Amino acid sequence: MHEFLAQLANGVELGAIYALIALGYTLVYGILELINFAHGDVYTFGSFTALVVLVALRAANLLHGAGLILGIVAALVVAILACALLNAGIERLAYRRLRKAPRLAPLITAIGVSFMLENLIELWQGAAPVPFPNVIPNPELEIGALQVGVQQIVVVALAIATMIALHFFVKRSRLGKAMRAVAQDRDASSLVGIDVDRTIAITFLIAGALAGVAGFVGGVSFGSAWFLNGFGAGLRAFTAAVLGGIGNIAGAMLGGFLIGLLESFSTWFIGGQWSNVAVFSVLILVLVFRPSGLLGESLPEKV
Amino acid sequence: MIYAYAFVAIAACVAIERFHNRKAKIAIALALAAFLAVGPRFYGNEAVFSILADAAVYVMLALGLNIVVGFAGLLDLGYAAFFAIGAYTYGMLASPQFGLHLPFWALLFLAAALAALFGALLGAPTLRLHGDYLAIVTLGFGEIVPQIFQNLTKYTGGPNGIAALDVPTFFGHSFGASVMPYYYIALVGIALALWISRNLRESRLGRSWMAIREDELAAKHAGIDVLRAKLAAFAIGASFSGIGGVLFAAKLALVSPDLFGFQVSVLIVSMLVLGGMGNIVGVVVGSLLLTIVNSALLPQINSLVDASFHTTLDLSNIHFLIYGAILVGIMLFRPEGLLPNRERRAELHHAGEAEAEA
Repeated sequence: MHEFLAQLANGVELGAIYALIALGYTLVYGILELINFAHGDVYTFGSFTALVVLVALRAANLLHGAGLILGIVAALVVAILACALLNAGIERLAYRRLRKAPRLAPLITAIGVSFMLENLIELWQGAAPVPFPNVIPNPELEIGALQVGVQQIVVVALAIATMIALHFFVKRSRLGKAMRAVAQDRDASSLVGIDVDRTIAITFLIAGALAGVAGFVGGVSFGSAWFLNGFGAGLRAFTAAVLGGIGNIAGAMLGGFLIGLLESFSTWFIGGQWSNVAVFSVLILVLVFRPSGLLGESLPEKV
Repeated sequence: MIYAYAFVAIAACVAIERFHNRKAKIAIALALAAFLAVGPRFYGNEAVFSILADAAVYVMLALGLNIVVGFAGLLDLGYAAFFAIGAYTYGMLASPQFGLHLPFWALLFLAAALAALFGALLGAPTLRLHGDYLAIVTLGFGEIVPQIFQNLTKYTGGPNGIAALDVPTFFGHSFGASVMPYYYIALVGIALALWISRNLRESRLGRSWMAIREDELAAKHAGIDVLRAKLAAFAIGASFSGIGGVLFAAKLALVSPDLFGFQVSVLIVSMLVLGGMGNIVGVVVGSLLLTIVNSALLPQINSLVDASFHTTLDLSNIHFLIYGAILVGIMLFRPEGLLPNRERRAELHHAGEAEAEA
């Protein structure tokens, strides 16, 4: 029971991170029908920018008392801004020209961008994992039989707060409305006066910002950052987005938590070396038997 | 020296592509084959043979993937899985691992058959998926296969893989330590692969692939058995990779799971994209160019820079950057690749006119 609850908490923590990344995939897929393969690496970039800020602040001896909280906020904000700009920059430079190209062209481009980012991050920070500054104190709390770290609570709370903010942004704001309109019908939305290119750029900004939050909480949660982190995490998050129904925001969150739980429990039952196999088998099974995902609606094929 | 061979081969390929006279094409191809067969015997050493043999294996892989991606238009991001299956076939059946020492030549065929079987097994449930979903599923498959090889330590040696694979023999003569025989086998393999690719492209099946690539729905309604055609593409493409895997494993005398990761799949896709997807000659050029850059040019620039500036660079670090830049650059500026498929364009044009007349 004890172990079960611990794995449950782990799964929820992992799931929160995957859900944040999955939202980035789902937003972009919803609007462009593009698997933004580089998204996982934007997440890695977020981890490293937060790491660099925290290391610099720690070196300047600023991470005490109120400075600690300000420092954490600063690292989070810098990661969010950096990832948002990076993601929007990628869209501007690499994807925008390919709006009318055959569908495989932007996907291949996205893989290329992903490889370039991975390599650049490796050149910047080295090939070995870099320890993430241990800024959030992590005493264990006992709630009944459940033992959770403060860190876990912070990670999950931050992720859920971000998701709620995103939900209201997409459902209530004018920009969110424009995003949904462009996702439904690009030509029609430009006819009613929506600036399609700008809306797509903003979608990439938001997806990048979410990757920035994920990068920060991922760094805190895993305690390190590595240049190839984004590849595995990105694939899991994409699996999560597909499992929930790609293009569907609630689906991405649900899928993220399910994949997180699947990973932690498969690690517990059959060992960590099989977790990749478990996750990708789920991906294949979902795509084969329910391609529209758990919450997605199946659309007729466009001709 | 390696550049001389690569240059001649690429120049000949371009000439074949540009000439319209069928006899001239065949003459150039035969001359090139003779040159590649004889040249390295007089001007070459083990290092040259080794790079040429690797290049030849990659050309075979690229030709196999070209059937799937170039002909049938199915983006397969897990092609290295079939390469791994071929390599492990040799690794497990011709090594001290199980004390089995099956002959190399038989395993070439067995690996091709096994890879084709797995191609069909993967294909059967997933080929209904479209475009990028299929790409992601194949990617997932490509991640699972090496992971399984890594985890089944009892059978596959786990993360360390299997070493001390058998040295093949040819009518009782051992290949010894030389890598030369692999080069010649790979050359024959390329010749076969080229011949098969060409014939397939002109065949009924090849035309169905092209129809599916251009418009799957239309192809279906024209009476093409889409699933069967796609399965055939997967199986045939995978079988090339299986043979490549055996050659690769035998030459290295080693298999280990980290040799067959996603990077390998993307490397081969990059070769196709660079050369021109769907165009057989273009694919050969693309794979030659990338192999030479990887195994000769980068190390050389590396040592040159190190020697002149007393640095200890490691340019092998920027492989990914180069593949990535190639994928992005080609897609943005020349999506048809360096050597676009002229014949195909002419063919499509011709077909359009014929339709208009009818």
